[in-house]
Amino acid sequence: MATEAQGEEAGLAFHPMDQFLVKPLFGDGPVHWYTPTNVTLWLFIIVIAITALLVMGTRGRAIVPNRVQSIAELAYGMIHKMVEDVVGKDGLKYFPYIMTLFMFIVFANMLGLLPKAFTVTSHIAVTGVLAMAVFLSVTVLGFVKNGTHFLGLFWVTSAPLVLRPVLAIIEVISYFVRPVSHSIRLAGNMMAGHAVIKVFAGFAAIAVISPVSILAVTAMYGLEVLVAFIQAYVFTILTCVYLKDALHPGH
Amino acid sequence: MEGNIAELGQYIGAGLAAIGSGAAAVGVGNVAGNFLSGALRNPSAAAGQTATLFIGIAFAEALGIFAFLVALLLMFAV
Repeated sequence: MATEAQGEEAGLAFHPMDQFLVKPLFGDGPVHWYTPTNVTLWLFIIVIAITALLVMGTRGRAIVPNRVQSIAELAYGMIHKMVEDVVGKDGLKYFPYIMTLFMFIVFANMLGLLPKAFTVTSHIAVTGVLAMAVFLSVTVLGFVKNGTHFLGLFWVTSAPLVLRPVLAIIEVISYFVRPVSHSIRLAGNMMAGHAVIKVFAGFAAIAVISPVSILAVTAMYGLEVLVAFIQAYVFTILTCVYLKDALHPGH
Repeated sequence: MEGNIAELGQYIGAGLAAIGSGAAAVGVGNVAGNFLSGALRNPSAAAGQTATLFIGIAFAEALGIFAFLVALLLMFAV
């Protein structure tokens, strides 16, 4: 990759997309499915961090919570309220899954912002698995809960009869496109933001514009902190919307 | 020579698909702006509608994502 960066542009010491390369942790061998890579390392760190926040943080069970316990309670309360508001009371059964999704994505995004870190969610392979898991479980759940009545989701009864076949085709397409947009939204936002920061950082090598470049990196970093949270929130709330469609396909 | 022209077409197509991202930006701005103008008229009702705001933004953004997907396909899959 070093030769690739030198070959393209002489001024740039690194390529903006180099940060997304999956590399083995030990040595330089080929990457197999069992090879410990930087992805494995950061997935492990994410799990440790979530455990530290949610299990260790709430161990004291204080009446007046300390800072860590307040954060854990805030996160729990926020997702609980979101599921209750969007899906309804009967959706609370699936709250643990949605909470797991949110915590994993928000920690992957936030830890990815650390310098030298690897953003796990910037890979479509990771977000694709998350989105397909949501899509498949929601589809199966819809058929189990409602039987063939679930297909009423595609037959819009509030529209005039002539329009319904056309709408049905559009609804079916938009249903099957859900996992695509669901996964690429997260991966694309993460990848684009980090690449922009790297591009601005590359400009710092030119002495005249380096102050502007450093300001731009700082501003983009602030924006990325916001985006990291909002994308996790959007992924979670869309999961809730899909779940609501599966539980109540009437409207 | 023929391969070069095909590559040219790929790159031009990918660049054209990037216009779709700009269109998605217009859509997202429209949703957020209308939310804000509604929220300033009735601030007490705004807090309960943030979830709807994000759902609207996500749906508007999805079409920009398809443009991005087309660009990706042109660059790496075709």
